[in-house]
Amino acid sequence: MTQYVVRRLVAMIPTLVGLSMILFLLVRLMPGDAALLQAYTGDDLVLEGETDPEVIDQLRRELGIHQPIFVQYAVWVADTVRLDFGTSYWTRKTVISEMRRRLPVTIELLVMSITVAIATGLVVGVVSAVYQDSPVDYVGRLIGILGLSLPNFWIALLVILLPALWWNYLAPPGYTPFLDNPRENLEKFALPSLTLGWSLSASIMRMSRSEVLEVLRQDYVRTARSKGLAERAVIYRHVLRNSLIPVVTVIGLQIGALIGGSVVIENVFGLPGVGQFILTAINQRDYPVIQSAVLFAALGFLFTNLIVDLSYGFLDPRIRYE
Amino acid sequence: MATAQRRLGASEGMLSRADSSVRRAARLARRKPLGAVAALLLLVLVLMAIFADAVAPYGPLEQDTSAILAAPTQNHLMGTDNLGRDLWSRIIHGSRISLAVGIGAVTLGTFMGMCVGLASGYAGRTFDLVVQRIMDAWLAFPGLIFVLTIIAALGPGLRQTIIAIGIGFIPATSRIVRSSVLSLKERDYVEAARTIGAGNLRIAFRHILPNLMPIVIILTSISMAAAVLAEATLSFLGVGVPPPAPAWGSMLSGTARVYFLSAPWFAIWPGVFISLTVLSWNLAGDALRDILDPRLRGE
Repeated sequence: MTQYVVRRLVAMIPTLVGLSMILFLLVRLMPGDAALLQAYTGDDLVLEGETDPEVIDQLRRELGIHQPIFVQYAVWVADTVRLDFGTSYWTRKTVISEMRRRLPVTIELLVMSITVAIATGLVVGVVSAVYQDSPVDYVGRLIGILGLSLPNFWIALLVILLPALWWNYLAPPGYTPFLDNPRENLEKFALPSLTLGWSLSASIMRMSRSEVLEVLRQDYVRTARSKGLAERAVIYRHVLRNSLIPVVTVIGLQIGALIGGSVVIENVFGLPGVGQFILTAINQRDYPVIQSAVLFAALGFLFTNLIVDLSYGFLDPRIRYE
Repeated sequence: MATAQRRLGASEGMLSRADSSVRRAARLARRKPLGAVAALLLLVLVLMAIFADAVAPYGPLEQDTSAILAAPTQNHLMGTDNLGRDLWSRIIHGSRISLAVGIGAVTLGTFMGMCVGLASGYAGRTFDLVVQRIMDAWLAFPGLIFVLTIIAALGPGLRQTIIAIGIGFIPATSRIVRSSVLSLKERDYVEAARTIGAGNLRIAFRHILPNLMPIVIILTSISMAAAVLAEATLSFLGVGVPPPAPAWGSMLSGTARVYFLSAPWFAIWPGVFISLTVLSWNLAGDALRDILDPRLRGE
């Protein structure tokens, strides 16, 4: 097991190198560098109208973007390995300090959304399969296909708008740290995570439904029934456990979509998370922030997939890691 | 005489062929009612996009200063926005953007993905290994984040949106195509072709490529759903197709949100059309998968 984890971590290295190169090149392709932008928008470093080449040169030197591209890449990698993620061109704050503030927001959103998604996805999917072709099944499948097709930003807008129209209830905007006020924190995260969770639950729902239907036809299920087990016990003990593996795979595959979705949801609900950070940085061409924040997102994605792979062995003892 | 007979025979054959394809379509529609409904909806959407100028009562940018934020009436079926532009006309014209991005991005992504997958799977060895490691690194970016980064490099705009979304499809498409190629190249007919002296290019393009078509068709339909959704999301985030172009996503974004409480129709209709389009492509993809490749069922 430990050996397997180590091997997986080592295998991640080439992926990370490739990823960092693609990312770095993409960021450097962006038109107009931060020095020009800062100069033109009249940042307090540069006086209004004072955009002569010398000032811009000076700024470029300060920001370290006057060097050849491979030197810049080497510097970036060396810094990153030492956990120095650079400084925002705009706010002059270190990326790591911003991350420390924003990561908890995004992680709370993701964890709550996954919980919502697994809870509703599994329950609806299993119930749908057990009562196949009944009205319950049709409703369940409808919820599933709608979750796949309705854009999450639209659901988010409606979730804010409709209660306001119908009951005059306006969800509290912004963010409150959990430790400051747990109740307010949960209230503010409830709608965002329900929205994001629904779009994820759709694929879990569809997968668990088709998997349970498959398992229900297995011989051991017939055996369990014929030896007189209660239907409840058959479902819980024999069917559910055996249909979980592909469901977990789907969860793993959806993590990427979930991280992308968090950008949208944070934007609509005004949560100051990593997604908002990336979006703002892209609009401001804030290279260090884009690089580091996207790198964080990709790392999070890779590690969650590792955790998903490890959970297989927990769910199915027949699977060994060699 | 003989030629006349042959010509007659040919036209008869064509007639019965047309007849049988209609009957086949009817049979498919009965077997896959949801898929048929989706296909019909898509047809309507495509016609709407092609004949937007004729169908839409107003131009997409035409302002009616006497009707700003007007509720739906006979003059403005879905109401107007904060600049007095007719929402229904904007939605009709917006279908062009959605369709253009869908077709453009999917063509680009599927074609490139297919080329990479075919080359990688067929060539094997070191080439395959290197290409697959690059794809690994590529796939380690969460989808939307990657597209956002490309958009940042290219800047906003219709063409840029198409390219960014299209590039985003390449790694996943190439993976799926590659795995098909790996199994196809072990088939007996490939062996047979090689025995009679066919070269690699001939085998790849004449014997393997045609057999990839079912999976590519399914992928195309599902990718269309993803592309339409991605365009709407990017435009919503303000980095896709820039205003004043009537992209469905941007109708819901930014300043528009201020007016939602006083003019809810404004928030409803663009979303309904995005959802219907995405839903139709997904349902069509499901139906195509069941028809063309039943082994792929179960997600």
